[in-house]
Amino acid sequence: MTTLDSSKEIQNNNSEATETHEDFRMFGLITFLIADGMTFAGFFAAYLTYKAVNPLPDGAIYELELPIPTLNTILLLVSSATFHKAGKALLKDKNSDSQKWLFFTAFLGIIFLICQLFEYFHLPFGLTDNLFASTFYALTGFHGLHVTLGTLMILIIAWQSRINGGRLTSQNMFPLEAVELYWHFVDGIWVVLFIILYLL
Amino acid sequence: MTISIDPQKTNNESLQPKGWLRYFSFSLDHKVIGIQYLVCGFLFYLIGGTLASAIRIELASPMSDFMPRDVYNQVLTLHGTIMIFLWIVPVVNGAFGNYLIPFYVGARDMAFPRLNAVAFWLIPPSGLMLVASYFVDGAAQAGWTAYPPLSITTPQSGQIIWILSVLLLGGSSIFGGINFIATIIKLRRPGLKLMQLPMYCWAMLGTSLLVVLSTPVLAGTLILLSFDIIANTGFFNPVLGGNVVVYQHLFWFYSHPAVYIMVLPAFGLVSEILPVHARKPLFGYTTMVFSIMGIVVLGLVVWAHHMFTSGTPPWMRLFFTIATAFIAVPTGIKFFNWVATLWGGKISINSAMLFSCGFIINFVFGGITGVALAQVPFDIHVHDTYFVVAHFHYIVYGGTVFIIFSSIYHWFPKVTGKMLNEKLGILHFIITFIGFNLCFAPQHWLGLNGMPRRVAEYDPQFQFVNQISSLGALLMAISTIPFLINVFLSVRNGKDAGDNPWNALTPEWLTSSPPPVENWEGEAPLVEEPYGYGKEISELK
Repeated sequence: MTTLDSSKEIQNNNSEATETHEDFRMFGLITFLIADGMTFAGFFAAYLTYKAVNPLPDGAIYELELPIPTLNTILLLVSSATFHKAGKALLKDKNSDSQKWLFFTAFLGIIFLICQLFEYFHLPFGLTDNLFASTFYALTGFHGLHVTLGTLMILIIAWQSRINGGRLTSQNMFPLEAVELYWHFVDGIWVVLFIILYLL
Repeated sequence: MTISIDPQKTNNESLQPKGWLRYFSFSLDHKVIGIQYLVCGFLFYLIGGTLASAIRIELASPMSDFMPRDVYNQVLTLHGTIMIFLWIVPVVNGAFGNYLIPFYVGARDMAFPRLNAVAFWLIPPSGLMLVASYFVDGAAQAGWTAYPPLSITTPQSGQIIWILSVLLLGGSSIFGGINFIATIIKLRRPGLKLMQLPMYCWAMLGTSLLVVLSTPVLAGTLILLSFDIIANTGFFNPVLGGNVVVYQHLFWFYSHPAVYIMVLPAFGLVSEILPVHARKPLFGYTTMVFSIMGIVVLGLVVWAHHMFTSGTPPWMRLFFTIATAFIAVPTGIKFFNWVATLWGGKISINSAMLFSCGFIINFVFGGITGVALAQVPFDIHVHDTYFVVAHFHYIVYGGTVFIIFSSIYHWFPKVTGKMLNEKLGILHFIITFIGFNLCFAPQHWLGLNGMPRRVAEYDPQFQFVNQISSLGALLMAISTIPFLINVFLSVRNGKDAGDNPWNALTPEWLTSSPPPVENWEGEAPLVEEPYGYGKEISELK
């Protein structure tokens, strides 16, 4: 987010240019996402170690149902595709199409969060019931925080792609590209999380 | 896609406060931010040093008489945390990195100036929060490692403030790391090749990779720990079915690389200082680069050597012992390169050179005890004794802090345009060197004889050696006085330095002292041979 801020300054000075340099904002974002991915890697490593070393105590309940998370996986994968559509539309200067696709992507993100909350309320275990329950809520919760932030950012750039006075245009694609990369990253993390938490 | 910038507008001079005030502003100038890091870090060094003096006063007698035992635990926790997260990491990375890296890559500022300022301004509030936690309900008591179950069972408010503070400092560190990687890889002046960069750039590139890969894991771990404390979950609480060893693995996955985060930049800085004052090219540039990268890769896979007494299975002990022994190879290569740089040079004996040589001597001791500690049979006996305390102080104080002082003597003329007083500087070095070795060398003996660390009381037979150690600590405290006098006198009426008092060849010396806001009046110079000492000036162009 802060990397986007520093770009604003660069953009404003575009007109009276005296020096040029390569655009490295995306490079900075990728470095940040690698760092973010390492946080998840730490959580996954902790979960897998618990699974290998710490047996579930007698009488403790830790059971997951597959339908809702499968639906959520499909929702996120489709939202990645619709986001891509938004970028394509903007590149062809079809701003209103782009905006529609962005709102649809944000809508899918919100549905994902609602499904996630629905799952939380219907699970037979709570945060402090046992080690695996705690790890489950920590991992999905941390991912849910990422989806929430991503959805907010999508709504912001959807607002920015409005036809009159929006600053997101085919000449200035960076905000959209940055959020898109972030969104694909969050989707990718979900796929790994789905495999490790639900399927293994 | 390329971006155009107007050098006059990116750091709009008319909008930025001038003079001393700019050091208290949200300045985007990398030089101002560098000095902010340095001064802020030094103030925390004084606090951490006061706490260290309190520890040594307590340990001058075998009984717990200077302060209560729980206060002793708080003091040693704050001492460790402040020295690592608020003095060494911000100064050796943030301060010198921000000041020097844009010069070395031929840029006018860092890649993300605003992110840079955010990274700095996270530090003062989190540091003050940490210090203030002592007055709230007692500071954290679990040591800088915050091992559960200790950190879960000790009073909670101090521990939670500690976690919050370290999380903010970790965030600052990650932002800084992203900025350094982008600056070194993407912001190089056209025509400047990677293998022509001064060695400090390589050291900072390696350090920043470690920061970006390992700090987030610490952040995640501390979030889980705070859940254990606040929400009563059981990630690391054996009573609730949790696993304390998982915390240790995750913690050391950051905190072993953290040793290299503290020491690799010092390796880079000493590689800048030695060639200038020995008037010789840096020996073995390419091997230096490869050993830095070797240390980065190996540094990520040696963490469990801190855990040989945590029920670690035999295969893990074997792997981590061997991996740790391997790290001695690239480190040894660097040492031979520095000695070879000095060999046959026209060495000037000044404060910067003396502190660098002090670093080489101290670090060899710290390195040897490090290899010894990596051997399981030895480590099991001296684990959690004063031998470990002596070892890591030889690395972080005898290594990194000596280099921080060396660098201050070396770059002070560039930053202020004034020379530091050499007599006071040499006095500073002599007291520091004697005090440091007097304080920490006896602790090897204490550890080998079984004195445990982090305990306020000890067997009376160790009293005499502990008093020698406390005397050394007193000398170290005194050594700050000539340094501070020197800095204040020289800033006011030091000898004029000129642009290049050391006749150095690295790019920061090719501009005026202090440098202008955008670093160079005209285009950035292309320095193809930053270490081309001993050649005719005409040959270099």
